[in-house]
Amino acid sequence: MNIGIHEFLATSALLFTFGFVGVLVRRNVLVVYMCLELMLNAVTLALVGFSRFNGTMDGNVFVFFIITVAAAEVAVGLAIVVELFRRRGTVMLPALNHLKH
Amino acid sequence: MMVDVLFYIFAIVTLGSAACVVLTRNAVNAAMALIVSLVGVASLFVLLSAYFLAVVQVLVYAGAVVVLFLFVIMLLDEGEKRRVSPGSLTTAASLVAFVLLLVGVVSIVISEDLVVAGVAEKRTLATTAPVGDVPNQYGYHLFTSYMLPFQVAGFLLLVAMIGVILISKRYRNASGSREGV
Repeated sequence: MNIGIHEFLATSALLFTFGFVGVLVRRNVLVVYMCLELMLNAVTLALVGFSRFNGTMDGNVFVFFIITVAAAEVAVGLAIVVELFRRRGTVMLPALNHLKH
Repeated sequence: MMVDVLFYIFAIVTLGSAACVVLTRNAVNAAMALIVSLVGVASLFVLLSAYFLAVVQVLVYAGAVVVLFLFVIMLLDEGEKRRVSPGSLTTAASLVAFVLLLVGVVSIVISEDLVVAGVAEKRTLATTAPVGDVPNQYGYHLFTSYMLPFQVAGFLLLVAMIGVILISKRYRNASGSREGV
């Protein structure tokens, strides 16, 4: 029972960095989106840990709101991705450079 | 002792499947690994005795969000044919950013500043009381101190619903061809 806040925060930090690298290196918009979800989950894990080890309820309530916002965000984002695929025929990021030319 | 072992098992499962999301080549495999990672986070919530949040995490993320991801992957059918690998410069820059972020965050995490002022001993799962282990605490806080954010969140869901309908609706002009929004 020696697990304290440091272990949870270290897990959360590693999860966040994995999501961060995924956003940078992946070329599929959908997978980039999944990595964004990983980063959101890392933050929720840190908030729940803070809440538990500080003895307050606020972090848990924040996590509740974060999950709500993430669900709405995924719905809108995936609708945009589907519309993008209808117009451009691809969801690979290097092919989506029409603002550059 | 049991809780320690469980924590390390859950953390390794969560982080390993998160690495799979980043490293796997197929988008469907990435979505499957994402499910495992989200359920791993939910099990860490259980260890933190936030049972309600663990259930919500599994229901909303693993149940709804990943299913939506899978639907869109199947719908788009990008397939294996158009594979684009990142450039070497991007990979190198990403690795540098990874190391910098990791060093920064871990140095914050292991620093002594995290110890709460006035508390001598280290707080562990055994020495702290569960917070938020019953759902009525969430209800109490949502309807007292977080009333305004709660209503804003409800409005946000309405806006998201209308926005998705507007984005995915096909507009046609008088001649019947596709028309931009």
